[in-house]
Amino acid sequence: MVGVAPLARRAGRRLLSSLPALFGVVIFTFLLMRVLPGDPAVFFASGPNAGQAEIEEIRRQMGLDKPIPEQLVRYLWDIGHGKLGRSMGTGQPVVTDLANRLPASLELTFTALLLALSLALPLGIIAALRPNSAVDHAVRLLCTLGVCVPTFVSGLLFIYAFYYLLGIAPDPTGRIDIFASQPPNVTGFLLIDSALAGDWEAWWAAASQLILPACTMALFVLAPLARMTRASMLAVMTSDFIRTGDALGLSRRRVVLVYGLRNALLPVITIMGIVFSTMLGANVLVEKVFSWPGVASYALDALLASDYAPVQGFVLLMAGIFVLVNLTVDILYGLADPRISIE
Amino acid sequence: MTPLLTVEDVHVSFTTRHGVVNALRGVSFAVDQGETLGIVGESGSGKSVTALAVMRLLDRAGRVTSGRIRFRGEDITAAGRSVMQPLRGAAMSMIFQNPRAALNPIRPIGDQIADVLRAHNDISRRQASSQALELLEAVRIRDARERLSAYPHELSGGMCQRVMIAMAIACEPSLLIADEPTTGLDVTTQQTVMELLTDIIHRRSMGLILITHDLGLAARYCQRIAVMEQGLKVEEAPPENLFGAPQHAYTKRLVAASPTKHSRVQDLVGEPAPPSVEPKLDSRPLLQVSSLKKVFGQSAPAVADVSFTLSEGESLGLVGESGSGKSTISRMICRLIDQTEGTIRYEETSISDIASRDFHCHPLRRTIQLVFQDAGESLNPRFSAFDSIADPLRNLLGITDNQELRRRASDVAERCGLPHELLDRFPHQLSGGQRARVGIARAIAPGPRLLVLDEPTAALDVSVQAVILHLLDRLRRETGLAFVFVSHDLNVVRMMCERTIVLQAGKIVEEGSSEELFREPKTEYTAALLAAIPHFEQRHGIF
Repeated sequence: MVGVAPLARRAGRRLLSSLPALFGVVIFTFLLMRVLPGDPAVFFASGPNAGQAEIEEIRRQMGLDKPIPEQLVRYLWDIGHGKLGRSMGTGQPVVTDLANRLPASLELTFTALLLALSLALPLGIIAALRPNSAVDHAVRLLCTLGVCVPTFVSGLLFIYAFYYLLGIAPDPTGRIDIFASQPPNVTGFLLIDSALAGDWEAWWAAASQLILPACTMALFVLAPLARMTRASMLAVMTSDFIRTGDALGLSRRRVVLVYGLRNALLPVITIMGIVFSTMLGANVLVEKVFSWPGVASYALDALLASDYAPVQGFVLLMAGIFVLVNLTVDILYGLADPRISIE
Repeated sequence: MTPLLTVEDVHVSFTTRHGVVNALRGVSFAVDQGETLGIVGESGSGKSVTALAVMRLLDRAGRVTSGRIRFRGEDITAAGRSVMQPLRGAAMSMIFQNPRAALNPIRPIGDQIADVLRAHNDISRRQASSQALELLEAVRIRDARERLSAYPHELSGGMCQRVMIAMAIACEPSLLIADEPTTGLDVTTQQTVMELLTDIIHRRSMGLILITHDLGLAARYCQRIAVMEQGLKVEEAPPENLFGAPQHAYTKRLVAASPTKHSRVQDLVGEPAPPSVEPKLDSRPLLQVSSLKKVFGQSAPAVADVSFTLSEGESLGLVGESGSGKSTISRMICRLIDQTEGTIRYEETSISDIASRDFHCHPLRRTIQLVFQDAGESLNPRFSAFDSIADPLRNLLGITDNQELRRRASDVAERCGLPHELLDRFPHQLSGGQRARVGIARAIAPGPRLLVLDEPTAALDVSVQAVILHLLDRLRRETGLAFVFVSHDLNVVRMMCERTIVLQAGKIVEEGSSEELFREPKTEYTAALLAAIPHFEQRHGIF
């Protein structure tokens, strides 16, 4: 088995080696925001008739009157002290905003990933066991649909069907019904918090708000997961050790699940990491459609307003999460496959 | 009494994209309890298909179209999974070639053995685990208790095959099918695995079907041998009859093509001896290797203090088991990897001073060329045969004129016995032997003086091997090439090389003229290697 100490050492080394990339991301986003058209000072001035003097005053407050290298140094200095600046839109420090909104995005993404996996794995396996059968084609059709229907369309369709026509879903506004009691904030994940508080009414309220956006996202990422599972299963099921299992009379179930699936899961783990990162950043449309108070819609609003600090903070957060997710995937992979050496 | 297994006139066909392929065209045989039947033949003869048909493990595309397969008198020709699953592993088992791939790579071997036990017996996890331990001890794995939690990649090939045997006999089946069980293993490992296998077979009086391409192996361990060719059984006889007086023309050819203790290269193909050109042994050395050492990482040196010389036009054999360092030495000579210590002199130049990553543009590159083991893997799949042969001409000789390239390439191809019309084919459109010829043509195209051959015929059928060996021998005599010939097949080395070096764990154990070394080995290690080669006695004067 892999010892804990070498694993921790490896994780530490990986984190250290990702620092230059994170630094690059910071600089790049900073410069990108500066070359984008639009002057935040104009946007945040009191009105369209604001005088030149007022705009200059705002520029000075935001530090935009200084030369760009100096702005960059100040920005890096702030990051070094854990400050990401203040959002002009909300008036809050970006760190606070992100910390408030990240759990909402994470809860949605985790739920969607779980849903997608619980659907994609069985579908992929069935498709691989009967390649080119009717089932295989049905799975392929479902995956194609999932990929080519944009999330805002499928999201709106879900709302139309389940909220408007059937009336079984709550109105798609936010994470929990405004009249329901909010559980005490412990983790920020409403499902967990309400379960911890034993408030099952709130849990149900949160879950029913969550299910439609989660399904929308799950449908979108179903394809890569199911297709990967299918391809990987197909390859594994033709390998020698599967034949060995059959030749020695193991049950079909054991051959498929223990000998086949466990080996086939290795590449799926890698895809899972990529899918997770993509979902977290790219679910802005879902968040918009369902008025979900997540980080992506926050960043989009800031971007439209040329509000530098939140966008830069968001990109840095995403880069950091990407590093963490990749590290987790690596560690999972190392645990799942004994052939991967520790170094 | 009914035999354990009878196969009566079985036909098997595969549906492929190019139509229906008849893999078996009427094969019959029977195996009794306690008997060992050998099935020999070259690739594509249908040996493995026979085994898979008996186990009902043919893949979706293949099916038995006619004939009967009876196991203990019961017809299992069309039996479904519900009938076969309780039989497989418990009554009839199978072990495969490439044991490491045949084991689940991410499951401890103890669990894999326990899986088989629990599939056929209603026992607890703990009982299965203790029985797995007994089985590992029965197949003579040292430190069996620690090995229970080992993964296949942590074990050697021979150990993996023993684990495979343990799994196959776990539920005491009465029939075992071994499909090339020792192909790819060293001769000494092959011997221990085969002895273990036959011992178990005799002790439990099981029936064994041994499928192999190695006539010597079949001769040593089987009571009867069936010879297969293109889906047909052409002959079946006890080994002494089969090798003493083969009846069928194919058997005769197969027997003749198999290298034995006494055969010469020309015997294999049944051609008169080529004009013998004595190598200039007294001439100045072409290659001088002294105190060569290579260490990979922290481990024990792969090559430790190896020194030898090679004269112009001489052929030197490097033999040894896997891990003996023979391939590492050949790669250092070719400057594909750098040595850790020591020097290699090629004529007047100390090529060990040239870093391996710079050697490709050194003028000496064209004079030292390589022939690889797997011709299929070592040819660029997007290159036609012509491209492969022309590539070194273009890069090493700087020929750019297309007509000139064409002329030279077909010239070389002709010398290697590659028909002109095959030059525009891609590797996948060529047979194994033709690919080997392309590999050789590519190596001799730039006009080398030293050819390093790393197991050049290991992946070939014996009849193809015979032709290729003959070709190499002829090329050497015609052009005065010097060979460094790496092989695990001692008979091949004896035929191809004037001098042989025996390596063990990176050190030279014995060195001498091939004839002498094979007749009277001076060290125990060489003697053990030679004794482990299975061989058959052939009556003289077949032709």
